[in-house]
Amino acid sequence: MSNLVSVNPVKKAAEISSREFLVFSLGDEEYAIDILKVQEIRGYENVTRIANAPDFIKGVANLRGVIVPIVDLRLKFRLANADYTQQTVVIVINIGTRVVGIVVDQVSDVMTLTAEQIKPPPEFGISLPLDYIHGLGNLEERMLVLVDIERLLTSEELAIVERVGE
Amino acid sequence: MDISDFYSTFFEEAEELLGDMEAHLLALDVDNPDMEQLNAIFRAAHSIKGGAGTFGFEALQRTTHLLENLLDYTRRGELTLRRDIVDTFLEAKDMLHDQLDAYRQGVEPDAEAMARICEVLQKLALEEIGEPAGDVAPATTVAPSTPPPASGGTGQSLSVALLGVSESDRKLLIEELGQLGDVLETRGEDDRYEVLMKSTASADDIEAVMCFIVEPEQLDIRSIPPEQLPVPVKTPEPQPKAETKSAARPAVDSRDGGANSSIRVPVAKVDHIINLVGELIITQSMLNQVVEDSEFTGDAGFASGLSLLQRTARDLQEAVMSVRMVPMDYVFSRFPRLVRDLAGKLGKDVELITEGKSTELDKSLTERIIDPLTHLVRNSLDHGLETPELRAAAGKPGTGRLTLSAQHQGGNILIEVSDDGAGLDRERILAKARSNGLPVSDNMSDEEVWQLIFAPGFSTAEAVSDVSGRGVGMDVVKRNIQAMGGHVDVISEAGQGTRTRIVLPLTLAILDGMSVRVGEETFILPVSAVIESLQPRADDLYTMAGGDVLLKVREDYLPLVALHHAMEVSGAVTDPTSAIVVIVQGEGRRYALLVDELVGQQQVVVKNLETNYRKVPGVSAATILGDGSVALILDIPDLHRLSQSKKASDAVARNSTVLSSKEVSAS
Repeated sequence: MSNLVSVNPVKKAAEISSREFLVFSLGDEEYAIDILKVQEIRGYENVTRIANAPDFIKGVANLRGVIVPIVDLRLKFRLANADYTQQTVVIVINIGTRVVGIVVDQVSDVMTLTAEQIKPPPEFGISLPLDYIHGLGNLEERMLVLVDIERLLTSEELAIVERVGE
Repeated sequence: MDISDFYSTFFEEAEELLGDMEAHLLALDVDNPDMEQLNAIFRAAHSIKGGAGTFGFEALQRTTHLLENLLDYTRRGELTLRRDIVDTFLEAKDMLHDQLDAYRQGVEPDAEAMARICEVLQKLALEEIGEPAGDVAPATTVAPSTPPPASGGTGQSLSVALLGVSESDRKLLIEELGQLGDVLETRGEDDRYEVLMKSTASADDIEAVMCFIVEPEQLDIRSIPPEQLPVPVKTPEPQPKAETKSAARPAVDSRDGGANSSIRVPVAKVDHIINLVGELIITQSMLNQVVEDSEFTGDAGFASGLSLLQRTARDLQEAVMSVRMVPMDYVFSRFPRLVRDLAGKLGKDVELITEGKSTELDKSLTERIIDPLTHLVRNSLDHGLETPELRAAAGKPGTGRLTLSAQHQGGNILIEVSDDGAGLDRERILAKARSNGLPVSDNMSDEEVWQLIFAPGFSTAEAVSDVSGRGVGMDVVKRNIQAMGGHVDVISEAGQGTRTRIVLPLTLAILDGMSVRVGEETFILPVSAVIESLQPRADDLYTMAGGDVLLKVREDYLPLVALHHAMEVSGAVTDPTSAIVVIVQGEGRRYALLVDELVGQQQVVVKNLETNYRKVPGVSAATILGDGSVALILDIPDLHRLSQSKKASDAVARNSTVLSSKEVSAS
């Protein structure tokens, strides 16, 4: 079992060699997601609250006529300081046929990472379960957590998508 | 071009042809068959066979071939029709449909089923005509698959001109013509390529087959006198145009006139346009609102432009919505067969009458109404209509009448299933309800009693029959209809019959909404669920043990559901006497919904929440308001359930806190 855990991330890291990532920050940590999943970046505005939903689901917003759920990743990751500022942005993500908006503190960069720059994730010490992590991006001064956003957003704990059989 | 590009066209057209065939077979008067109908049935089989041959659907081709031969004998008067023969034809038609489905899914049709139906058809041919139903041997492509001409002649001589047909298509078509007769000579260029042939098939049969590949306008089929055939004569004089036109055209026009003036469009494209128009309307009302808010008086040109935009946008919306409308005939046309088969099985004589076939309804609704209607029709046949003997004993004509009707009624469509059968049995329903533990009393009104049949698990059928009583009850019918935003009523009189009325909105894409405000939030109530609104007086409010509040409205006590509680809105008015209650009805139950304020009534474009998110308790969908913000459309029955479950969980939470404080004090 431990064998599997240590092998998988390496394989994942190799698979995603040299791709472009959108870098954003949540608190003090920097995260990156596959840029091909990103549809657009918008300011945070006009969200209609959904009753009886977990707090990190901010509600739904109108994206040019499409009703899009908005998830606050900062609340999901239990960041102490999830205030809305001028920099707060919504990254609109495409997963399959669905469109979901995620709220992050700030978008900083678009970066190309080569396979050598991507290290397998450690087995503990991160606020995310390993499932959602492709690997760690190693950039001299900085460390990027490469998030498998599709996996994260379709996970059961986020409950954005109804589970089969429900 | 790859021939498989034509597959979908073939499937669609063949499906339509099979539908036509069934309709004609059902309408056929067995004792005195109408020649036109027999020809139409034959033509349908023939066209399908031709297409099946072209595309190499061998099983389909062989089965249609057998059927076609029998039909040909029928239309030539050599085979006298009987009811059981028509039944066999219908069975064969079903088989063809199954085969078509198999090919559509890219699999070979069930060989066993095919062998069975082929055997039946062959047997029929042997018994009735005294000869085998024709060439069943390798029915690939070469064998002339038209029925062997009785006279032994080679039929008429034809000139088939292909206008502007590409070379690759031409090859297919010539091959196809080879199956219909003997091709004698081909000549000409791309824009007019002429095929001279001898065939027993008529011009419109040929055209029907060819139309799987080319448009009717691309064909010019003329009959030519035999002496003008190419072998003895070099240059055939063209026939006088007017005369041949009149020979070939009329039949063609009557069949293709409709097809030429309509197009097939994938539903997704239409939905996309509808969405975009919805956007346009929202943008337009946003503009309106901005102008109102900014008190921009500007010049008169701007204001008139804006109102023109508004009018055009509304017209556009209406026009686009109408694209999705299909006539109810789409639904009704499947019932003659069902009724015929069922009536036969149950030993009843039934006449099916359909009214308002041209009444239009949204395509998505027509698809969803089929199941509930089928259930109601089955019920009428099984429980409603009596056997001829019983009817005679009751002094009624032996043939029962089952009527399906559709009509517009305001913004709704009213669909009725009525029969002149025995009617519902009040005593039996009451007895059954009692044994099911439902709260009933003998002095309930008839309407209330009839509503009992919609209770889950309720069936008055004494025995589970082949036809009904298999667990899908009226409760499912009711639920399905309510899910479409409609409702069902039953009117019944003992001995006179039963009438079930279904009222549905015309479309699911637009909804008449009433916007209400709670705290800072706006919600939309479907107007169809709203009965009235009022400001409650303190005297009319009754608190019950457990915290439930009832509101007395005239003679009724209605549970009060606070929207701010169900939807967790803060800053709302909590004192009912200074708020507004809206009396709403859903799933037959009424309750009073507490809101802060009624904002207004408007048509809203319904947006699905589940497209990108998930089902939200108490909410059916969302919409976009004039200011671009999203508002949730409330699901009236679900909201009530949500409120109940919240109250229950609140009570549990309260109890556990009481308990823990007790524990604390005890320790």
